[in-house]
Amino acid sequence: MAGARANGANSDDTFAKLMRVNAWVRGERPAYRLKEFGVWRTWTWSQAYQETRALAQGLADLGIASGDRVAIAGANRPKLYWAVTAAQMLGAIPVPLYADAVAEEIAAVLEIAGARLIVAQDQEQVDKMMSILPRLHAVKHVLYEEPRGLADYDDPRLKSLDEVMAEGRKRLEDPALAKALDETIAAGRGSDPSVILFTSGTTGRSKGVVLTAERCIAAARDTVAFDNLTDRDEVLAYLPLAWVGDHYLNYAQGFVAGYCMACPESAATAAEDLREIGPSYHFAPPRVFEALLTRVSIRMEDAGPFKRWLFRHFMDVARRWGEKIVNREPTPLGARLHYALGRLIIYEPLKNTLGFTRIRVAYTAGEAIGAELFAFYRSLGLNLKQLYGQTEAFLYVTAQADGAVRSDTVGTPAPHVQLRLSAEGEVQFKSPGMFVGYWREPEKTAEALTEDGFVKTGDAGFFEPDGQLKIVDRAKDVGRLATGQLFAPKYIENKLKFYADIREAVALGAGRDFVTVMLNIELASVGNWAERNGVSYASYQELAGHPQVAELIRKHVEAVNRSLAQEPAMAGAQIRRFLILPKELEADDGELTRTQKVRRGFIAERYAPLVEGLYGGAREAAISAEITYEDGRKGRLEGRSVIHDLAPVATKPLPARAAA
Amino acid sequence: MKAPLLSLQNVSLAFGGVRAISDVSFDIAEGEIRAIIGPNGAGKTSMLNVINGFYHPQQGAITYRGQTRKRMRPHAAAAQGIARTFQNVALFKGMTTLDNIMTGRGLKMHRGLFWQALRHGPALREEIRHREFCEEIIDFLEIEAIRKTPVGKLPYGLQKRVELGRALAMEPKLLLLDEPMAGMNREEKEDMSRFIVDANRRLGATIALIEHDIGVVMDLSDRVVVLEYGRKIADGTPDEVKSDPKVIAAYLGVAH
Repeated sequence: MAGARANGANSDDTFAKLMRVNAWVRGERPAYRLKEFGVWRTWTWSQAYQETRALAQGLADLGIASGDRVAIAGANRPKLYWAVTAAQMLGAIPVPLYADAVAEEIAAVLEIAGARLIVAQDQEQVDKMMSILPRLHAVKHVLYEEPRGLADYDDPRLKSLDEVMAEGRKRLEDPALAKALDETIAAGRGSDPSVILFTSGTTGRSKGVVLTAERCIAAARDTVAFDNLTDRDEVLAYLPLAWVGDHYLNYAQGFVAGYCMACPESAATAAEDLREIGPSYHFAPPRVFEALLTRVSIRMEDAGPFKRWLFRHFMDVARRWGEKIVNREPTPLGARLHYALGRLIIYEPLKNTLGFTRIRVAYTAGEAIGAELFAFYRSLGLNLKQLYGQTEAFLYVTAQADGAVRSDTVGTPAPHVQLRLSAEGEVQFKSPGMFVGYWREPEKTAEALTEDGFVKTGDAGFFEPDGQLKIVDRAKDVGRLATGQLFAPKYIENKLKFYADIREAVALGAGRDFVTVMLNIELASVGNWAERNGVSYASYQELAGHPQVAELIRKHVEAVNRSLAQEPAMAGAQIRRFLILPKELEADDGELTRTQKVRRGFIAERYAPLVEGLYGGAREAAISAEITYEDGRKGRLEGRSVIHDLAPVATKPLPARAAA
Repeated sequence: MKAPLLSLQNVSLAFGGVRAISDVSFDIAEGEIRAIIGPNGAGKTSMLNVINGFYHPQQGAITYRGQTRKRMRPHAAAAQGIARTFQNVALFKGMTTLDNIMTGRGLKMHRGLFWQALRHGPALREEIRHREFCEEIIDFLEIEAIRKTPVGKLPYGLQKRVELGRALAMEPKLLLLDEPMAGMNREEKEDMSRFIVDANRRLGATIALIEHDIGVVMDLSDRVVVLEYGRKIADGTPDEVKSDPKVIAAYLGVAH
């Protein structure tokens, strides 16, 4: 082992070398697991290394060499991860693809990347590849992992991954070839491109983010130390292969720390598999946590009255004391005992049901998470934290340290990250893992960087007094009121939408004197409220126009104003007038994007008479217009809304926050 | 064509004075998908019940794998490799998907009740082997996610799939499917069709199937037999049957 280390200071500056080190240092520790046929199968690091070498040799025999691009399409499977490493062993560049992308998107990415070989999981992926292959002349081979349904395919480019591996294994019995492969691995340089991760392309054409191994590994080292991850940890690898989060949390950190990544049986069984594996390190986007909480709530509603009472009682205790106890703040002995009892009969069993029992560190990121939702998991004793990052940074820019966790911020800069705000409030960073450029797009690369080499994130944010970064919106959406006050519409909308009664919110104010909002109520929750309060209604429109509903919503808007008043940077952007829209905003009508984001500009235009009312001082505004739907049909939009005024909340000096 | 796996000669079945099947003859060749179609009450399900020994015809002979029999009990039919699914799902609703499929292995378990109750030694090894087989069926039918879900909680389409799984667990030579796609939407039908074709080609089961969706029948089957009022009115490839005036008349109700 010492000899291996002595090979040179750069003996682990690529993932191929790191895997070899892991095979030496912790050869018998589990590296990969896969649930198949109902049981978990495990490969140790040394087994995985041998399998990967066999695949690398097989790829080399198919003509893959340094600098070639190898695309990988499918779900999280050990063999697909080995394909990534096998390509890296040869100095080729893996290009993971989104498994659910349609053929057209994949064709675009493969064309830019110029992939020579594709590793596809199953018939579904192979079918997609076959449909676009005539256009992709660079592709010489398509390897498939699962033979099911492919028996009748006779394209000469199509080969079984298992056969390629078996062939490679046999060839490696020749010591000369084995030695040659060792030399190829040793010749890999950390400064060469290690992977190309394509951005999801929600905004425009997707770009290939090129990352080098030495930067990836440096970033992973920093964060592995930051969260004290070791080879005793374990993750469930269920995030899309092409997403930076998977390549970071499961692949890079896993290689650096030497922990095991478990691959679920299928996407549909991931929740069950999570329970069985009980990972110690976990990532999930906020909507996953939200869905879990909803599932728990629904199942509790179906439970017997005593269980319901127990749950409610101890969740109250958790809400009140949980976070303080978890953060080790001083708490009365009685509360601690009460909480301990709750752990015994509610919190731990609940965590067990969710598969969270062994979690030491959990992260969420990607969108704003509701304070209540966040507190729910934290108060159960789950160490849930937030991070902020992007593909160009190789994920981490900021992360919350243990003990400094809040729901409304994304943490302080991660180790060795330089972070700054531009004059316009845009977040810019330099980080150990930052990308070297977009694949074959020097102009785009130049656009993304400042003159002094910082990466422009495109996100607007500001620092809280305790040094934590708060992201408010996309920089291009952030404007200013006529008064010069910073106006971040999404930030205000998110605050409103955390109330279950509010489904959608559209904040207006750029270039105006003050902020106004147009709201959609949530029919499920307001309808429930109406039932309990004897308010009868026949339609969304009727309920939305009900004066009592307006009062209910007014309370929420006032609460949002109070919270805005607490923040020096936002206090001037309080909501002064609001109305409830007479129609639900719908993606089918072009008012929301397919990913359920409000199309602010479009809505302002369609509902121009209401906007006029909001800013013209009217008490009521009506809309009656002919609109053309996306499919060419015409419809009539009619309705009226009462406009409500709000008094601004006085700006209070920021109370000193207990810095934990 | 190979020797028939099963052949029926002049089979007639009556319940009291009601003739369910009159003088029907046809055969099922080894490895084919054979459809039995016909209007409601034509005697299709009765036909399946005759094949697997649930009903005993008053006349005619049934030859299965070279043996002609007069009477056969359903469990004897099962032991000889005839499995079936039912028009109305007949599963153990309180048991999980896996357990339901495991019941299909019952006839293949050879250890006595004593050893099985102990769940030890040879019985345990045997159970593990059978479990492996069931897992392959679960993988084959893509029902991993519902492995441990009680069947009663599943939507109808999935229950049908589980029932097919239980029949496949018997490693049947001849698989009788009674309206495997009734009440399914298009996508579910496409999935089920794929499973039926795969069970036929990959697992090597000969299949006799009753189905009302004529499009599906014509796509899937190698040969079709058409019954009406208990009599056979046509027999042949889908194309032959489709253009047969008697079949058209039976389906469109034209007087003849």
